[in-house]
Amino acid sequence: MTWTKSLVAAALLLAALVLQTSVLTAFAWDGVVVNLVLLAVVALALTQSPQFAVVAGFAGGVLLDLAPPADHVAGRWTLALLLVAYVAARVRPDGRPSAAAVVGTVAACSFIGSSVFALTGALLGDLAADTGQVLEVIGIGLVLDVLLTPIVLPPLLALLARFRPDTRPLGRLGGGLRPAER
Amino acid sequence: MTLLDRIDHDTVRASAARPTTDRLNRRGRLQPRDPRTPRRSTLVALVLAGATMLTLDGGAGALEPVRRAVGEVVGPVQTAVSTLARPITVVPEVLRTNGSLREEVDALREDNAALRQQVATSDYDRNRLEAYDGLTATAQEIGYALVPARVVGIGAAQSFSHTATIDAGSSSGIAPDMTVVNADGLVGRVLRVTSTTATVLLASDADSVVGGRVGDSMDVGFVSGSGDLGGHLDLELIDQGALPNRGDAVVTWGSDKGAPYVSGVPIGAVTAVYANLRDSSQRAEIEPFVDFGSLDVVGVVVPSGTASDRAVIEVDGSLQ
Repeated sequence: MTWTKSLVAAALLLAALVLQTSVLTAFAWDGVVVNLVLLAVVALALTQSPQFAVVAGFAGGVLLDLAPPADHVAGRWTLALLLVAYVAARVRPDGRPSAAAVVGTVAACSFIGSSVFALTGALLGDLAADTGQVLEVIGIGLVLDVLLTPIVLPPLLALLARFRPDTRPLGRLGGGLRPAER
Repeated sequence: MTLLDRIDHDTVRASAARPTTDRLNRRGRLQPRDPRTPRRSTLVALVLAGATMLTLDGGAGALEPVRRAVGEVVGPVQTAVSTLARPITVVPEVLRTNGSLREEVDALREDNAALRQQVATSDYDRNRLEAYDGLTATAQEIGYALVPARVVGIGAAQSFSHTATIDAGSSSGIAPDMTVVNADGLVGRVLRVTSTTATVLLASDADSVVGGRVGDSMDVGFVSGSGDLGGHLDLELIDQGALPNRGDAVVTWGSDKGAPYVSGVPIGAVTAVYANLRDSSQRAEIEPFVDFGSLDVVGVVVPSGTASDRAVIEVDGSLQ
């Protein structure tokens, strides 16, 4: 089961990457494309264990960093998506997330992901854009990601909900105390 | 991924038997692990791995072999998916090129959808044919042999760099630091190759600097990208007293042994000239001849007679 789940997650991330670089670029808005890999990581974080989510976030980031035509310093998307997975797993509500919760998570994660990527670039001297361009790209990216959420996330969440046996025991094992009772 | 996940499973199972993995909190009570956070050790390991990647790649580019390995796997997938998805991805392209025409044919809009789609794709096919024809003409004009290729992947603006994947690699005779052109002019240069794909740095990238020469006065300078996909390029002339005229064409002046840029490839036309009062230099805005937002067929400049697994357009326009 874990093997299947990992394979599905890997295939999902790869498919997201290829669609993002080769198909959706034709529909780019000012060069900005929907960050499908980020959406996939958020979907994984919303359905799987936090442990699985951060590893998936890491893997998705490595793909974005190393697959052509990437040319930035590798590791920047890795750290950004790692944080995205952590945050998404952290804010995830118990049980099935509501539509508003999903959209809110995507919006926050899109902002965090793009910002962290830009910030690490600025720190490493790898960022050639000025602040105005950065903010514009982050803004447009956020809007695109949120716009695509109603189309992309529901089928993804439905697919991934089949692979969730480890989330329930984890929740129960969390000490018998549910967060609300603490 | 799987291994870590299984370790997690095992620990979870173990902790069910012995709940000692829970932490002691400040008050000395057993604090159950928050089910919403990953194990701290995993998190630390992953963050360190990411930071290591930054260091390895940032300093010496030590991850270049890994990049190539990933490219060898992902590149062909990109080529295949891009080819499959072409009927979908041409739609915005066709809409863009026909933008002005569409206004005139408002009356014909009631045509049935199927017919319109047919027209759209045949338009696209004609454009493609023109692109290949144009490439042949380019080879003749600039006097270099070209390997034709298509753009199969474009880097998103979220990465703040302008790069593209093309579907020809080292097996087609392409190597890093080769000039990439299309029928309109300079596209960029090859950064790295895999056996079937190559990554191209577009001239519009903010890190891209191309030696440029104003065709009219032969003044030399440097053309840098602005980081704006549809935007202009900047020309900074070495001779600070030289004043380019509006409309002057700028071509590459080329580098030693033709790498990374061969000479005589048209880059763009001067649209505006600004005088910098502080250091009394001139800066000119260049409108590139190439539309970086809708790249499709490109040609990579190779030495004449290069061994390639695809047809090479020779200088005389013949296919080799």
